[in-house]
Amino acid sequence: MNLIGEKISYKPDEQFHLNDVSFNFKKGNLYTILGRTLSGKTTLLKTIAGLLNPDQGSISFEEKDFIKIPVWERNVAMVYQQFINYPHLNVYENITFPLEQRKLSPEQIKKDVDEALKTVGLVGFENRKIQELSGGQQQRVALARSLAKKAKILLLDEPLVNLDYKLREQLREEFKRIFSEGLSQDTILIYSTTDPQEVMELNGEVIVLDEGRVLQKGPAKEIFENPSNLKVAEISNDPPMNVLKGSKNSKNLNFENISLEIPNHFKNLDDKDYNFGIRASEIKLDENGEEFEIELAEISGSETLLHLKRGNSKIIALIEEVMNFKIHEKVKINFNANKFYAFGEDEKLVSSPYGGTNG
Amino acid sequence: MSKLYTFLKYFFITFWTVFVVAPFLWAVSTSFKDFQSVNSKVTYIPWLDFEPTLEGWRVLIKSPAKGGVDIVEPYFNSIFVTCTASLISIVLGTLAAYALSRFTFKAGFVRNNDITFFFISQRIMPPIVLSIPFFIFLSTIGLLDSLLGLVVVYIVLLMPIAVWIMVDFFNRVPKELDETALIDGCNPYQAFYKVVLPNSIPGLIVAGMFCIIFGWIDFFFAFILTFTEVQLLPVKVVALNSSITPWWSLSASALVSVAPLIIVAFIVERYLSKGNLSGALK
Repeated sequence: MNLIGEKISYKPDEQFHLNDVSFNFKKGNLYTILGRTLSGKTTLLKTIAGLLNPDQGSISFEEKDFIKIPVWERNVAMVYQQFINYPHLNVYENITFPLEQRKLSPEQIKKDVDEALKTVGLVGFENRKIQELSGGQQQRVALARSLAKKAKILLLDEPLVNLDYKLREQLREEFKRIFSEGLSQDTILIYSTTDPQEVMELNGEVIVLDEGRVLQKGPAKEIFENPSNLKVAEISNDPPMNVLKGSKNSKNLNFENISLEIPNHFKNLDDKDYNFGIRASEIKLDENGEEFEIELAEISGSETLLHLKRGNSKIIALIEEVMNFKIHEKVKINFNANKFYAFGEDEKLVSSPYGGTNG
Repeated sequence: MSKLYTFLKYFFITFWTVFVVAPFLWAVSTSFKDFQSVNSKVTYIPWLDFEPTLEGWRVLIKSPAKGGVDIVEPYFNSIFVTCTASLISIVLGTLAAYALSRFTFKAGFVRNNDITFFFISQRIMPPIVLSIPFFIFLSTIGLLDSLLGLVVVYIVLLMPIAVWIMVDFFNRVPKELDETALIDGCNPYQAFYKVVLPNSIPGLIVAGMFCIIFGWIDFFFAFILTFTEVQLLPVKVVALNSSITPWWSLSASALVSVAPLIIVAFIVERYLSKGNLSGALK
């Protein structure tokens, strides 16, 4: 009874948009697809919706071959990153449109639409024109239309990306509530985003996509704690995880003329070259630390992002207070070796502070 | 500087308005004159300068036997040919434009853009180049000097305009709107007429307006492809000019022949200013 995709490939031009993607989505679960722009997220969602036909591979749902069913008979719902509504209809008509298309009874339609309007908080907006609504409200209408359909597969393609920061935060909170209350156990929810924070907050099963390929699958916590390779570590952290080329010998970790004590979780590693990974938030200012040169300092809200350089290594540090720095100034920082990741020269995870390895 | 700019701006606007409106006023004034008011001295303002009469307008609806200018039949011919050709051009042109905007065609080296260019190229050629093929074509199928023949030719002339405007319009309607309609349970035909078409009304009106205008004002093909059986309004009005028709009747017939365009312009202007679609679909 699951939505199963097997070895799906889609290659409309020279590049793969989807490359050998397989999945098994179970009802009642939330799946997030994490990937950068052009990683194939939208293509995957459109393939599931039926707007694109893959060149290879199969999709089945409830034991039926999904690819043979045209879009308009699949009963899926999709919310786009652009706010797509029917401009010639008002809010109420926008939400009833798919229900009337399915020829439901007027009583049923009214009940479903009222419920959906309540869920997204647009009661009282029924007769408004779409053009009169703000971006956030337009996206709520699109969401209400998708919810009212009670589709078995609900696809959300970066629904928050075109909203401003405040509204995004607010709607994200509401999404969490809607997803936990407003959806039946029959629904498969698939949510794509570029934002690692969104993935962690929604806390579903994650698929990390890059250049059309699945890099890692697993619960959000697992992706965060044990990214299977450097690419995943980059994509699933914002700012991306810092990478330092270095080596381990019997006594120390060495990189850029810095020596650190070997942390406990590295004790069993072979002595050789590694790519060490450290999150920006695990780097602290410290008078007794190592000297780095500031290339750029950005203040965002209550945090300061420092772009630092030493030798050939460039790293980003996230300082949790607002501070003023001059460019080319030297600062001293301290690495918390206990939070170091080790990736092999093939970029695969060798050791993580949370105990996971990739074999 | 800005004062000079304002002055120049209003100066040129006034100049242009006078330039455009004066001939009309002259025609309106002349159409109410009789022989004496035209020939005695320079006169402009009715009741003050001269005694207005409706003689010039009465002639329009009289039969030729009673001294009328016989403009009624060409008038209805023009309305029929323009409306029929415009309607067919809009229907076919819109469908063609939607297909060109949404689907990818490949035939040898021919792609969507080439097909669009083929349509528009019909208008790039000077009309004189097309006149001989059209003449031979119509005479071969026996439609020379007939309303049907003119409708066929006008469709060829007007459809490129419809296609050109509508392709541009559909390209600005996001593809995601059609996709949402498909996801919401419409098959491709329903998506077109339930969602895309209702949102394309401004485009359809603009295209329709251009078709009507270009159809209505065409003189060249109406002149070449008709002889005695059928006559269209522009040809008729020009023919009056060269005959013994008095100035007042000529002015009145010229005014009634541009009247439909003025009405179309007013309706369309009001409709278009209601709001444009581009904001709605962001």
